[in-house]
Amino acid sequence: MSGIHDFTLASARDALKSRKISAVELTNAHIDAIERLDGQLNSFITRTPDQARDAAKAADEVLAKGEGGSLCGIPLGIKDLFCTNGVRTTAASKILGNFVPPYESTVTANLLKDGAVFLGKLNLDEFAMGAANLNSAFGPAVNPWKRSDSDTKLVPGGSSGGSAAAVAAGLVLGATGTDTGGSIRQPAAFTGIAGIKPTYGRCSRFGTIAFASSLDQAGPMARNLQDCAILLESMAGFDPRDSTSVDTPVPNYEAALKRGVKGLRVGIPKEYHVDGMPAEIEALWQQGMTWLRDAGAEIVEVSLPHTKYGLPTYYIAALAEASSNLARYDGVRFGERVSAPSLDGLYEASRAAGFGEEVKRRILIGTHVLSSGYYDAYYLRAQKLRTLIQQDFLKAFENVDVLLTPTAPSGAFAQDEKPTDPVQMYLNDVFTVPASMAGVPALSVPAGLDARGVPLGLQLIGKFFDEETLIAAGHAIEQAAAFHHRPTIHAGVSA
Amino acid sequence: MSYRITGSTGEWEIVVGLEVHAQVVSEAKLFSGASAEYGGEPNTHVSLVDAGFPGMLPVLNQECVAQAVRTGLGLEAEINLFSRFDRKNYFYADLPTGYQISQFAHPIIGKGKVLVDLADGSTREIGVTRLHLEQDAGKSIHDQDPTRSFIDLNRAGVALMEIVSEPDIRSPEEAGAYLRKLRQILRYIGTCDGNMEEGSMRADVNVSVRKPGETEYRTRCEIKNVNSIRFVIMSIEVEAQRQIEVWEAGGTVDQETRLFDHVRSETRSLRSKEDAHDYRYFPDPDLLPLVIEQSWVDGLKAALPELPEAKRARLEQEYGVSRYESSVLCVEQAIADFYETVARGADARLAANWMLGDFFAALNRTGRSIEDSPVSAEGLRELLGLISNSTINGKIAKEVLEDMVETGESASAIVEKKGLRQVTDTGAIESAIREILVANSDKVAEYKSGKDKLFGFFVGQTMKAMKGKGNPALVNETLKKLLSE
Amino acid sequence: MSLDAKTVTRIARLARIGLKPEEVETLGHDMGSIIDWVEQLNEVDVTNVAPMIGTGLAKPRLREDRVTDGNCRDKVLANAPEREGPFFTVPKVVE
Repeated sequence: MSGIHDFTLASARDALKSRKISAVELTNAHIDAIERLDGQLNSFITRTPDQARDAAKAADEVLAKGEGGSLCGIPLGIKDLFCTNGVRTTAASKILGNFVPPYESTVTANLLKDGAVFLGKLNLDEFAMGAANLNSAFGPAVNPWKRSDSDTKLVPGGSSGGSAAAVAAGLVLGATGTDTGGSIRQPAAFTGIAGIKPTYGRCSRFGTIAFASSLDQAGPMARNLQDCAILLESMAGFDPRDSTSVDTPVPNYEAALKRGVKGLRVGIPKEYHVDGMPAEIEALWQQGMTWLRDAGAEIVEVSLPHTKYGLPTYYIAALAEASSNLARYDGVRFGERVSAPSLDGLYEASRAAGFGEEVKRRILIGTHVLSSGYYDAYYLRAQKLRTLIQQDFLKAFENVDVLLTPTAPSGAFAQDEKPTDPVQMYLNDVFTVPASMAGVPALSVPAGLDARGVPLGLQLIGKFFDEETLIAAGHAIEQAAAFHHRPTIHAGVSA
Repeated sequence: MSYRITGSTGEWEIVVGLEVHAQVVSEAKLFSGASAEYGGEPNTHVSLVDAGFPGMLPVLNQECVAQAVRTGLGLEAEINLFSRFDRKNYFYADLPTGYQISQFAHPIIGKGKVLVDLADGSTREIGVTRLHLEQDAGKSIHDQDPTRSFIDLNRAGVALMEIVSEPDIRSPEEAGAYLRKLRQILRYIGTCDGNMEEGSMRADVNVSVRKPGETEYRTRCEIKNVNSIRFVIMSIEVEAQRQIEVWEAGGTVDQETRLFDHVRSETRSLRSKEDAHDYRYFPDPDLLPLVIEQSWVDGLKAALPELPEAKRARLEQEYGVSRYESSVLCVEQAIADFYETVARGADARLAANWMLGDFFAALNRTGRSIEDSPVSAEGLRELLGLISNSTINGKIAKEVLEDMVETGESASAIVEKKGLRQVTDTGAIESAIREILVANSDKVAEYKSGKDKLFGFFVGQTMKAMKGKGNPALVNETLKKLLSE
Repeated sequence: MSLDAKTVTRIARLARIGLKPEEVETLGHDMGSIIDWVEQLNEVDVTNVAPMIGTGLAKPRLREDRVTDGNCRDKVLANAPEREGPFFTVPKVVE
């Protein structure tokens, strides 16, 4: 059993196919790791070890016949925003604390079809609203990384913080995430793993609890881009039950790893050199350019003039949609209910008790920007800004193939360093939000450690449905960066 | 003649606009695959999409779009190739998602019109402002429990067309005529069954009043959810009266939503948190804008059935029926079809007469509809043929029709069995008349001395003697001849 | 600038979120600072810019008119916090 926690998803897949290990062994090792370590990480909201063992047994039978899908027997974690049939799905909210969906999201159904084994549901910021996983009704997920000079608890980023922490600590071989304004990429960067936010419409939103419909996109999180590519290939695809799903074939993403970057034109958006960016982030970015240039790419400066408006535009658009999407949590058909003598009293009491502070704040702002007399000034203007932001990207992509930027303006911060001003907190998303606004794909790869030993990531942004070029460029960075560091808390480290 | 209400300060004119909610005829709901059928056990025609479960998404039903376009074509309206769905946000127990998906800013159908016929024979054109698609809500049941309301979501998500008229209506009668005509058009096209009892057509009525000659509109009130044509008419009458009294007492009418109480014959303010209504419309991000092709619209247009106005014009032209007759015959497609089956191969004018007269009377009497008429169109045509070829006369024909209704036998079989053939033998007629004249020699003398009116008496007596079977023309002719001998 | 208590209360009422008096003040301050921050969008000239609706990638798609769903009352009602027979229930609504 030695080395079982050294597997990547890809190498585990190969070992399962060649029967060097069994799915049951692999699954049990991960269940053990969860039991050992998740008390410290709180990355799971709901664990499903029994179901996982059953699924692993079934996978072994299939594998024994030489059959099975691309993920047959692979233990994964599922962000608790994807509805899973018969398994409690909470969105990390008290209001859905006991919700058991009688249906399966398309993304998780695709993974199950390919034979994946689900170990449970992963922590997140409530309704995916947050960048530090501090807004969870089930307590914060904790980053398995520590600063070299202190034992203080760091945040894993958010909103897919539980997914990031579980992958980084080796509790799962891969996880699903969702990204609305950076919720896959930023936690991936904070925990030293890879994550892809695909093109809007690439993965179905059916059965995934909505935050902001026009931005939400599911994607994979794993230790490297090869693993992400394998997961994405399974998760992606057209779904007639989602009107915004795009009917375009899913390519072999794994094959794109080997493409290389020779002759690739890599754009550096000059507006991303924001004021006050830490020198080590700037330095890492320069390093990334050098790596890609050395691998044969051409580095070109480009301009995305509306970058600085990305964040405020995002918050208006996303919160407006959220205020409406979250109206269904009213204590009548499912979820938390607080009794009251009148219908409105029931709504107000149930929603007051069921939603956390940040969710309430966001619903109220979203309600405000849509309300009578403010729609034109806020929502309509934001949608027009969104057009300008998208045009910036389309124009840049006339000249370059991908864009390279830092993923986040800092490494993981400590739980108690969370800014008290919500606007300061929102600035975490400054580099990730514009791609979400435009709907283009983007990924984050681990590229190095900061001065205190905490991982940092680089972001690549691509053309619509050109995840393959992103993966090729990202892999070039992976190879150059040779990021083999492990966090303090890891399944393969004996405690 | 303009409709006027006389108040204490003189005459008033009313201004009415109607918002009609018409349920679209379709198998499935607007955005889900659950059945749109009326009725059903509570919460069975409900999918998880309709119940607003987390992560559920709407997908638009093509047939509902087609039905809206067909209706737009029937209203001679602009068809918008680009339209969009917005969310109308509000909380209510029977609205599971907390928003209704509707077309607020960009409706699928723009300006159109409806021609209405009024009792005095005149017609008026009522403008249609727009038609848009939206979801129906579920049903709250208030009378099952003292402290709770029960929620049934079977209706939630069924497709509705909201058809908004211009404020062109100037009398309660016009409002009724508009609704009847609209319902007729919807039924012709098959886009709404118009069944107001089941709630598949409901109206919100906007009423204001003003002095004749005023060009501006005064404040209007909206009477919500009126569910019969009669109540629409009544609610306009009582609401106009109320507003006139408010103005004449020196007050002002407040813009508000009201309810019509038909038992008390009054409208009541729905004061419930009018201030809190702020629907926060915005484009539904779960749906794409609806873009349709002109060629698709053209295809739907080509497949439309003949519409009431066109049918009337054609019947008038083709069969020589009057404007009034055409209006009655075209109330329903089935009646017009029945008529045409009768009229082809019979005397068309006679057919119209008989349909509007004895045939409808027979339907009424037996409580049957045209679809299950006890006499088929072919049967009626045969009967009329017997009149036209002088086998029977009109009076006998009425009896034959009654027999047909009762026994289901054919006209000719009844005529043969009962020996009702008309007598056209001039010899037989002459001998019958002679007997009458002999028996009434005093009347003959009076007639000859100038009492012309007695001619009818002799006709009657002759027909009676011949058991009604005498050919009326021959009887007249022979009587004249013999009386002048 | 903080949003005043009246505005916060009105918005909370629209959103059906009950607030305690002390929350009204904190939220008024937080919301005010976020609103101030997004005001910077006013410096952009958006004349003749069409608002973005969707990302323009998916093609309009319509469903066939067939009954493919529903008849799943058990699923619909399974998570109801309160029900009576085949119905969801709410406190009595008086019109």
